[in-house]
Amino acid sequence: MSTGALSKTVFVVVAFGLLAAFPLMGGSYGIDLVTKIMVFAILALSLELLVGSTGLVCFGQAAFFGIGAYAAVLLSPADAPPSLAWLLPACMAMAAGYALFVGALSLRTKGVYFIMVTLAFAQMAYFIVHDTPLGGGTDGIYLYIKPVLGPWIDLDHPLTLYAFTLACLVLVFGFLAQLRRSRFGRALDGIRVNEQRMRATGFATYPYKLAAFVLSGAIAGLAGFLFAVKDGFVNPEMLSWHMSGSVLIMIILGGLGHLRGALIGAFAFTLLQELFKSEAVFGSFARHWTLLLGLAIIASVALLPRGLAGLPGQWRERLLGRASRRAEVNGVAP
Amino acid sequence: MDLATFLIQCLNSLQYGLLLFLVASGLTLIFGIMGVINLAHGSFYMIGAYMAFALAQPVASTFGGGFFSVLLVGLVLAVVLGYVLEWAFYSYLYEREHLQQVLMTYGLILVFEELRSLIVGDEVHGVAAPAFLAGSIALGDMMTYPVYRLFISAVCIALALGMYYVFSRTRLGMMIRAGSNNREMVQSLGIDIKFLYRVVFAAGVAIAALAGMVAAPVSSVYPGMGSSVLIICFVVVVIGGIGSIRGALVAALLIGFVDTFGKVLMPEVAGVLVYVLMAAILLWKPDGLFKAA
Amino acid sequence: MTADVLLRGRGITRRWGGLTAVDRIDLELERGTVHAVIGTNGAGKSTLINILSGEIAPSSGQVELLGQDVTRWSQPRRARAGLGRSYQRNTIFPSFTVLENCRLAAQAQTPRPWLWWQPAARCPASVSAAQAAAGRAGLDHCLDQMAGMLSHGQKRQLEIAMCLATAPQVLLLDEPLAGMGAEETERMLALLRELKSGHAILLVEHDMDAVFRVADRITVMVNGTVIASGPPEQVRSNAEVQAAYLGGH
Repeated sequence: MSTGALSKTVFVVVAFGLLAAFPLMGGSYGIDLVTKIMVFAILALSLELLVGSTGLVCFGQAAFFGIGAYAAVLLSPADAPPSLAWLLPACMAMAAGYALFVGALSLRTKGVYFIMVTLAFAQMAYFIVHDTPLGGGTDGIYLYIKPVLGPWIDLDHPLTLYAFTLACLVLVFGFLAQLRRSRFGRALDGIRVNEQRMRATGFATYPYKLAAFVLSGAIAGLAGFLFAVKDGFVNPEMLSWHMSGSVLIMIILGGLGHLRGALIGAFAFTLLQELFKSEAVFGSFARHWTLLLGLAIIASVALLPRGLAGLPGQWRERLLGRASRRAEVNGVAP
Repeated sequence: MDLATFLIQCLNSLQYGLLLFLVASGLTLIFGIMGVINLAHGSFYMIGAYMAFALAQPVASTFGGGFFSVLLVGLVLAVVLGYVLEWAFYSYLYEREHLQQVLMTYGLILVFEELRSLIVGDEVHGVAAPAFLAGSIALGDMMTYPVYRLFISAVCIALALGMYYVFSRTRLGMMIRAGSNNREMVQSLGIDIKFLYRVVFAAGVAIAALAGMVAAPVSSVYPGMGSSVLIICFVVVVIGGIGSIRGALVAALLIGFVDTFGKVLMPEVAGVLVYVLMAAILLWKPDGLFKAA
Repeated sequence: MTADVLLRGRGITRRWGGLTAVDRIDLELERGTVHAVIGTNGAGKSTLINILSGEIAPSSGQVELLGQDVTRWSQPRRARAGLGRSYQRNTIFPSFTVLENCRLAAQAQTPRPWLWWQPAARCPASVSAAQAAAGRAGLDHCLDQMAGMLSHGQKRQLEIAMCLATAPQVLLLDEPLAGMGAEETERMLALLRELKSGHAILLVEHDMDAVFRVADRITVMVNGTVIASGPPEQVRSNAEVQAAYLGGH
């Protein structure tokens, strides 16, 4: 294994190891926070599949997230705990269904146009949930009874939910890592780099993009399901474009094109938000934390174009650049 | 619905559609000429509306001006804001990918919203229309219609015609169009492209702010107005076809009608109707109604 | 001797508003020949090649590939049926290796996207097709190099290799010699001569020396119409062609 691949594997193994060990040291607040971050990491991974692998900048990921969450609440019976075995796939299927609808209509468009269309379709889902009686209105709805899997898994316990979420994260990560190396994943990469060449070679690119879109929607729905179960509460703001924007920022901050970037970005962004919101650090100004967040977003996009995961590469290039310039000055080939 | 109500709603639709067209034109202008997708465009609309509210008192007490003085002061401030913003921020976005532009201008929205919250607060405000425009005018002998709404439509039409004139008949318009096609060529001809872009951007900001100011008496001034108008503008561009001014006009009017009549006839789903319209049109014409001019 | 016509264009016309870019062009590509299309800028060569490859639909006319009417077929479908296309500007994947460039191109013939657990790099069909194509294009010594790091001439060779990876029968080559020095041009011409047997090649080019050296048939286009078509000597001595295009050369 090359050093690059080795360091990536080590990073991932260490990260998941730390996450597995965390409940031993974290209190209940910490466990809840890290569960939330892991859910966002799953959501970020779903968007990374679209943006980082396929080159489709979707500004409407919150819709699939929110639909997965609302499905978890709306499909759950009021009296007895529902079984994970059908509820989880059902939520993913509903999110994937909306992704199929949106994808079919948006994927004929490109570039900026595509960004606008996906944003608009997410707004559509937002308004359906916000305005119509279907979604319970602005106040949101509660999930009183958490799903179970037989006698073994009861997601009502925070620790069980933590472990289940971690397992989902590892599975999604592993699946996407394998997918990127597969024929399908390589085709998506090709479509991102040069769709015209892919078509000229004989790939019908639209079905590939649509499949990636639906898959991404399903994974986002999984994240939504987990989020609904964790909080026991869903509200329309889960489908807002601020949510969509936040997920995009997570993967940019973490580093586009790397699966671990989604992980890093989810952590960095959530922790940054917690920092800005904390009154301990900012006192009463913490009310206006979105100002700091906005500035942080601008700064990170401007200064870290390759994200945190791309920092080592950025530094390496800076060092190599210096070395090659020195070599040129000395008349030696770099 | 009786005929009078129907006609009133038609006029309302027209007014809303024209306002949308104006704001969407500013957005398309900046994108078409400088290649920057500016999510904060809605914030300029919001800033305009809040200026109409916040400047009323100071302008009245400083030199006894009324509504039109507020418009003028607001316009000047908007141009200055646009000029400074382009120099300090937007000029760095031209060479960047669309994703980066989207996220940086998104960050800017958050900054603007919070600054507004700090400076003016989060309450909803009303703005009074000027007295001589506040009444209703009789149309035929069966109904009356607010004069101010007709004024809004007139302002939008006048501005749209003004933009058309500048673009197709003046030297400035020619330089702008040339600059959007071939930046280097225009620069080599000795035209200061940086200055040109700054002017265009300031104009775009001014148009959005003016739209917000003019609309304020009718729509009231509230925190989320920037985001709502921005997303509807996106729908205008998507339905109309990117790059097509004619498409933007048709789309804006279409949305005006669907939204206005939707609110009257089916209030619970009114918010969704515009998007259903968009989905239906994309089903029929994946590239929007018109191709780029 | 009956000609083996692999690609035929009949009455191909393309209008844009009031402008006729291509006007009732007939074209035939026979196996084992290089058919060059030359003409000044704006003659309609790009439009013609785009119509033949399937990127643009003609306003009227038919395109036949291997005896089938493919006028309504999309570009990917034509490519899978045996039509390869290279572009004037490089459309290689700079961030992939040379081998991966060819392998991904070859994958179009054996897509199998549902096998998500299998690494694509181990797909025997696409890897061997890629190695063969790269070898034919003369790139087998740099298979593991990043395509973005290649010299310009090598990139143009890779562009051809990617076409060959899908084992096409017809090759539409759009200015493969663009930006090449003398040595690279020689290598490319040798490659083209070698590819002749077994393929029908359409060559759009500006380099007149190269065209006259490698083409078996030349079609000259001016303002969307064909003013001459035939063997090189016949075209070279055609008065109209000399006046319109080669005059003062």
